[in-house]
Amino acid sequence: MPSLQSLRRKIAAFKNTQKITKAMKMVAAAKLKRSQDRILAARPYAHKMRGVLSNLSQRANRSAHPLLQKREGKKVEVLVVTSDRGLCGGFNGNIVRKSAEFVRQCEMQGLTVNLSIIGRKGRDYFRRRSWPIRQEWAGIFDKLSFEHAVDIGGDLTEHFVKGTFDVLYVVYNEFKSAIQQRVIVEKLFPIDAATEFGAGQSGMHESAVGGSYLYEPDEGELLNVLVPKHFQIQAYRILLESAAAEHGARMAAMDGATRNAGQLIKKVTLYYNKTRQTAITKELMDIVGGAEALK
Amino acid sequence: MAGKILLEVVTPEKLLLSQDVDMVIAPGSEGEFGVLPGHCHFLSTLRIGELRYQTDDVWRYMSILWGFAEVTPTKVTVMAEVAEKAEDIDVGRAQQAVELAEQRLQAGGLPSEVRDAQISLEKARLRKKIADRARRGHS
Repeated sequence: MPSLQSLRRKIAAFKNTQKITKAMKMVAAAKLKRSQDRILAARPYAHKMRGVLSNLSQRANRSAHPLLQKREGKKVEVLVVTSDRGLCGGFNGNIVRKSAEFVRQCEMQGLTVNLSIIGRKGRDYFRRRSWPIRQEWAGIFDKLSFEHAVDIGGDLTEHFVKGTFDVLYVVYNEFKSAIQQRVIVEKLFPIDAATEFGAGQSGMHESAVGGSYLYEPDEGELLNVLVPKHFQIQAYRILLESAAAEHGARMAAMDGATRNAGQLIKKVTLYYNKTRQTAITKELMDIVGGAEALK
Repeated sequence: MAGKILLEVVTPEKLLLSQDVDMVIAPGSEGEFGVLPGHCHFLSTLRIGELRYQTDDVWRYMSILWGFAEVTPTKVTVMAEVAEKAEDIDVGRAQQAVELAEQRLQAGGLPSEVRDAQISLEKARLRKKIADRARRGHS
C-alpha cells in the first residue's frame, strides 16, 4: 500500500497537470477564435479565385502560360501541412498517416514522389524516417502572414515551371468546426477545369458554350498577374485552414485532458481517504488493545 | 430595365458585397468600363480607382485598390486586394493620409521611396474623394 504522503504528492501532481491543460485549453480557445475569423473571411476570396481560374483554364490557351501547362506527369510532389507544436490530439498523426498512405499509392503506380513539408512536426517525422524531402518550412504558424504564403506559393510555382514536379498534391487539415477537422488531399498543380468549387460558380454553365472571351490587357499579361496570385491565395488559404484546425484540435485535446485529470484526481482522492481511514482505525484499535491489556 | 446583374466584391479579408444591381462601372487597368446585364465574358485587371454601381437609380461608390474583375452575362465578380465602401471610409483619416503622403513625397529620398509615396498619395486621394462623394450623396 502506498504511503499517505506519496498519495498526497500524486494528487498535487495531477492538480498541477490539470491546471496546465486547462490553461492551454484557454489559450487555444482564444487563438482559435482569431484564426477562425481569419479563415472564414479568407474563404470566399480563395474560392472565387479558384472558380475564375478553373473557368479560365478551360477557355484559355494552356500553352499561353507556363503555369497552366498540363504535363503527362511521372513526378509527383506532396505538400504536407502539419503544425509546429504538439499536444493537439490526432491532428498531426492523421495528416502523417494519410500522407504516407497517399505516397505509397502513388509509388505503386510507378510515380516518383517527393515531399515538401510545412510545420515542424511533419518535418521531424519524415526526416526521422529519411523520406525524400525537397523543401520544408518550419515555425511559420506562430506569426502567420500573407508573406509566408507568397514565399511558399513562389517556391512551388518556380519548381513547377522548372519541371521539378508535374503534379502537386496538398495534404492538410480543413477546419470544419471548432471540434472537427477533416484531412483533405487536394490537387493544386496543374489547374483542373473540373474542380469541386468550379462547378456552379463563375458561370460555368455558360462557359460550356465556349465562345469568345475578352481580356484586358491581353491574355498573356493578364495570366501573368492572375496565375501566380492564385497560388499565393491558395497557399494562404491552406495555411489558415490548417492553423484554425490546429487550434481547434488542441482545444478539444486539452479539454479531454483536463477532464481526464479531474477523474484521476477524484479516484486517487477517494483512495487516499480510504487509506487514511484505515490507518486511523488501525491506530484506534492499537490504542484500545493497549488499554485492554493494561486492565 | 433589362433585368439585373449580380455584383460580388470580395477581398482577402471578406466578402464585401453581394447584390443584384442594374449597372456597374469599374476602373479597368486600361480605362473604365461599364457593365450591364448580358455583358459578354470579360476578364480585366483593375487599377486604383472607383467602382460605381447603380441600383434603382441610386449610385453607390466603392474604392478599389488593385485586383481584377470577371464578367459573365449574369454576374460580375470583383476581386480586389483592398476595397472599401464609401460609407465606411473615415473622412478625417482619409484627409490625414493625403497630407502624410504629400509630406512624404516632398521629402523625397530614394526612387523606390518616392514611388511608394506616389502610390500612397494616389490611394489616399482616391479614398478622400470617394468619402466626400458619399457624404454629399447622403446629406
